[in-house]
Amino acid sequence: MIPIDLIQSTAENLMDKAAIEIPDDYLSGLEAAAHVEDGDLSAFVLQAMLENYKAAKEDRRAMCGDTGCPRWYVKMSNEAQVQGGPVALETALRRATAAATNGVPLRPNRVHPLWRTDHDNNVGIAAPEIEYGFEPAPGGEWIDLTTVHKGGLFGTDYRMLFPSDGIEGIKRFYLDSLVAFGKRGLSCQPAIIGIGLGGSKDACMVLGKRAACLRTVGDRNPDPKIAALEMEFKELGNSIGMGAMGFVGKSMVIDCHIEVGYCHTGGMQMSVHAFCLSSRRACARIWADGRVEHRTDPAWFTPYQRRETVEWPTALAAE
Amino acid sequence: MAPPAKIRLSTTPTRQDLEALRLGDIVHLDGLMYTAREGVYKRALEEQANIPMELPRESAANFHCSPAASIDADGSFRLGAVTATASFRFEKWLGEWFEKSGARLIVGKGGMSSATYKKHFVPNGAIYLTTVGYGTGALLGRGVENVEAVHWEKELGLAQAMWVLKCRDMGPFIVASDLEGNCLFERENAKIAENLHRAYEGTRPAVLKRYGETDDRSDELIG
Repeated sequence: MIPIDLIQSTAENLMDKAAIEIPDDYLSGLEAAAHVEDGDLSAFVLQAMLENYKAAKEDRRAMCGDTGCPRWYVKMSNEAQVQGGPVALETALRRATAAATNGVPLRPNRVHPLWRTDHDNNVGIAAPEIEYGFEPAPGGEWIDLTTVHKGGLFGTDYRMLFPSDGIEGIKRFYLDSLVAFGKRGLSCQPAIIGIGLGGSKDACMVLGKRAACLRTVGDRNPDPKIAALEMEFKELGNSIGMGAMGFVGKSMVIDCHIEVGYCHTGGMQMSVHAFCLSSRRACARIWADGRVEHRTDPAWFTPYQRRETVEWPTALAAE
Repeated sequence: MAPPAKIRLSTTPTRQDLEALRLGDIVHLDGLMYTAREGVYKRALEEQANIPMELPRESAANFHCSPAASIDADGSFRLGAVTATASFRFEKWLGEWFEKSGARLIVGKGGMSSATYKKHFVPNGAIYLTTVGYGTGALLGRGVENVEAVHWEKELGLAQAMWVLKCRDMGPFIVASDLEGNCLFERENAKIAENLHRAYEGTRPAVLKRYGETDDRSDELIG
């Protein structure tokens, strides 16, 4: 049984870390981009960002004034039980979101879409989003909490493509998305770009967003042909001639991650998601015995999450 | 390459101060700056509420910003990071806002169009400063010496309220328009556009178009 108080206190801590501490993998990626950037304005911007990450950690203040829309990814081992059940879990995550908004402080971004009502705590109808995943993990009782504070306005798009659009059509929509939101730096590039291919429309958006937010710089899709495409798209994005803030430059994409889902036989759905210069994510595994292990790699996409067939070996073994 | 020059600028600048600035200069601000975005514009202009500051004497700098901040039970403010929000969305209020506020500096994210600069900024002797990144929220937060007041918090909520910030060496900002209405981002876009076709080689348009790609609603969008 995983103690509910420990879930809430860990969640508050994660909110703080995500807002303040740039993940190491993204930092290394940005340093590499700063090293090769030769556009004078773009290079100035990247240096300012590197100083900003330092200032945020030194002062324990958020990296960016727009602290995005906090959301949660919860993954449970097959044997995990949460004290108080799933309702207590969701309550704890909502409480942690509200408490950290006031405590860090974060910007209270979430409002009602029509009445603009602001609870000043980033909690409201369908906010924060809480998504779930499960992992076979025989013999382990744990819960992984990941919070992502993704920006909420620019850099994301969806399009229904068709098999006849082919790779040329995929590339076109990818470039269109980068260029459209890259101008004036609306998407806060250079960023980790996530691409969702296939699925249903909603699944396509979910896969692309998770590709951007839950995979680390340097991670490759296990399908070697998709991995090659990820590398090709990274290079393609960085050859547009645009850099940070839409100034002349060569850094748009710190890394590109592609996730796929099976789709309608006549379709080829595509979504593009740009994370941002602050790439806010933090993760912890909480064990039933009270251990808490912090990390910045959500390690969401396991072989189980990408499973292709009906059966799964550990499920078979349990029967 | 040498880093760009850093210029200290008052939030109540003279015309001479602004004449000296060039597109791409790096600026740090000193003095009072207030946040005003759609909430404040609607309240001040559409609902004709009295602006609770003496503008532009106290400040001629309008920040398109909502800070990451909170108000404690005892009424004191805690302010962490500060960054701007995209300014292009506020164009429709600017003409009237300049008239009412006498602003000389609009500070935000991503600038506006040269058409907007020429229509609204140039006649009012104003320029646009963009935040950097985006965003250097922690660096800008360090530049806020004090929160002097938060107006209309009850009416508009924390994010849309009018925050009055005392700035000291607050930056960096980049000069994105000048007194003639020239636009830094359009200059950069024009340079990028020259070579854009190279990246697009070997791609092709989608077989099913979308409205927006054509404004002809009789178009079937296929092929």
